[in-house]
Amino acid sequence: MTSIIPAPDLLEDATAKLTCYPAKPKDLRQIALPLARVPNWQQKAIEKFAELLRKYKSLQVYMDICARCGACADKCQFFLGTGDPNNMPVARAELMRSVYRRYFTPEGRMFGAAVDAYDFDEAMLQKWYTYFYQCSECRRCSVFCPYGVDTAEITMAAREIMASIGVATKYVTEVVAKVYQLGNNLGIPPPAWIDNCQFLEEELKAQTGKDIRLPVDEQGAQVLLVAPSADNFANTNTMMAYGILFHALGVSWTTSTYCNEGGNFGLFLDFQNLKKVNQRIVDAARQLKVKQIIWGECGHAWRAGILTDTLNGPLDFLEVPHPVHICQYTAAMLKRGAFKLDKTANDDVRVTYHDPCNPARAGQLLEEPREILRASCNHFVEMRPDTIRERTYCCGAGGGLLTDEIMPIRMAGGKPRAEACRATGANVMATPCAICKAQLPEVMKHWKVDCEISGVHDLLVKAMVL
Amino acid sequence: MGVYKWDDKQIEVDEDGFIQEPDQWSEELAKALAKSEEEIADLTPEHWKVVNYLRNYYKQFGVAPMIRKLCKETGFELKYIYQLFPSGPAKGACKIAGLPKPTGCV
Repeated sequence: MTSIIPAPDLLEDATAKLTCYPAKPKDLRQIALPLARVPNWQQKAIEKFAELLRKYKSLQVYMDICARCGACADKCQFFLGTGDPNNMPVARAELMRSVYRRYFTPEGRMFGAAVDAYDFDEAMLQKWYTYFYQCSECRRCSVFCPYGVDTAEITMAAREIMASIGVATKYVTEVVAKVYQLGNNLGIPPPAWIDNCQFLEEELKAQTGKDIRLPVDEQGAQVLLVAPSADNFANTNTMMAYGILFHALGVSWTTSTYCNEGGNFGLFLDFQNLKKVNQRIVDAARQLKVKQIIWGECGHAWRAGILTDTLNGPLDFLEVPHPVHICQYTAAMLKRGAFKLDKTANDDVRVTYHDPCNPARAGQLLEEPREILRASCNHFVEMRPDTIRERTYCCGAGGGLLTDEIMPIRMAGGKPRAEACRATGANVMATPCAICKAQLPEVMKHWKVDCEISGVHDLLVKAMVL
Repeated sequence: MGVYKWDDKQIEVDEDGFIQEPDQWSEELAKALAKSEEEIADLTPEHWKVVNYLRNYYKQFGVAPMIRKLCKETGFELKYIYQLFPSGPAKGACKIAGLPKPTGCV
């Protein structure tokens, strides 16, 4: 099967000038990174590289094992969309491998460029900064690698090395800094969070006639919900859907103003921040003495979330199983017959499901969202098999790319998803990820596909008889 | 980082043209930003209704309001807000109202 959009002609350096804004000292200070590029940055970077090779045997294997067969080359939405050869996963990884050869292999040390081994100089650093921030760490390429090279791990390692010498993007560092200051990516202070919840409770009352609560900081609740803060700002239908869900089940739940964010931009930056951001979730759960943590509709939150026991465990104060994603939770409740549903409420909807990259390829979440949609809608259609489930295309702005200065990359990367959607004739695309929900409306508008973007639970509660 | 100049004045802005110190906002600056950034020749009372709501909310809560709340409180549908501010409530209206650019998954 040929890919949903044909492999493009090569366009050397097509996106070489499309870079993210650099990080600001005010944000770097908050997240324990150097405030500017460190003076002996080359040496420091190679030392960090050596440390990562020692720490992660997988990285060492990925550096050594690639046969440059090119099976991954046309599998990346950013290469398909831009034609820039450095966006072929093999070539992107080669930016790191060429440095690896130069400093960590005998032949590279001796013969340099003759064996494709290159110095980590200013030009190389600029290429790293450009192209490792044109990768959404979505792992689609890895699915097709005959050796099982996880190219996203390579991107993560490259970003970790850059972060250690004070090179990072404004978008990612600003968001992580906001989490430490205010508890969430959007920087919503506690009084505004409470105001938002009260406002949505009024909206729920107007819509349903019922007193449906969006509780905040309630000690002893059964469930702590960690959703993306964007749900309590932009994706308000999803936020209200959580309220309806727990109301229908009669389960006590709460959000936390200390940690009202599931999203973890540390994942896009470095290990220390990944761990520290995720720790906040566990701390909030202990503070509020809840029995369960449920992750909301957020892709990378879940990718980090499934690591919680390893990163921040043990989670022995929680009920098993843990961690739990809201789609798993709801699908289990559906099986128990916990909801009364009238699917005809969604008869105006021809819905398709977009697998966000992280739940699909790093979170074992393939069936549950589909079970929820099939239970809620009469008209559910799948996109082409090579564009869904573990072979899903990234929406184009995951991995810390959801920033406007690289809009051409975002739109190019979103094209395969837009075309696969167009072919279904769906008028709604449901997806459980706030990044996808922010990116895909722009993508659909750009590629002129007439399809609305929705949360999964938005459609469930539309069909729910309360 | 950059500098935005209007009349004989100037103010520090970020790469996207958002002012850095919301306290230094003025109605004259809003008018100038509307013209140069959003191609709005004259701010009508409807524009001001949105701008003033955003500013008052920000003053109280230190963050931009939910779009849903902005619509409800001004009585304008989202489509109409896009007509008023072609770049939308977050990027267009917030910039003119002198609020920082929203970050995160939005």
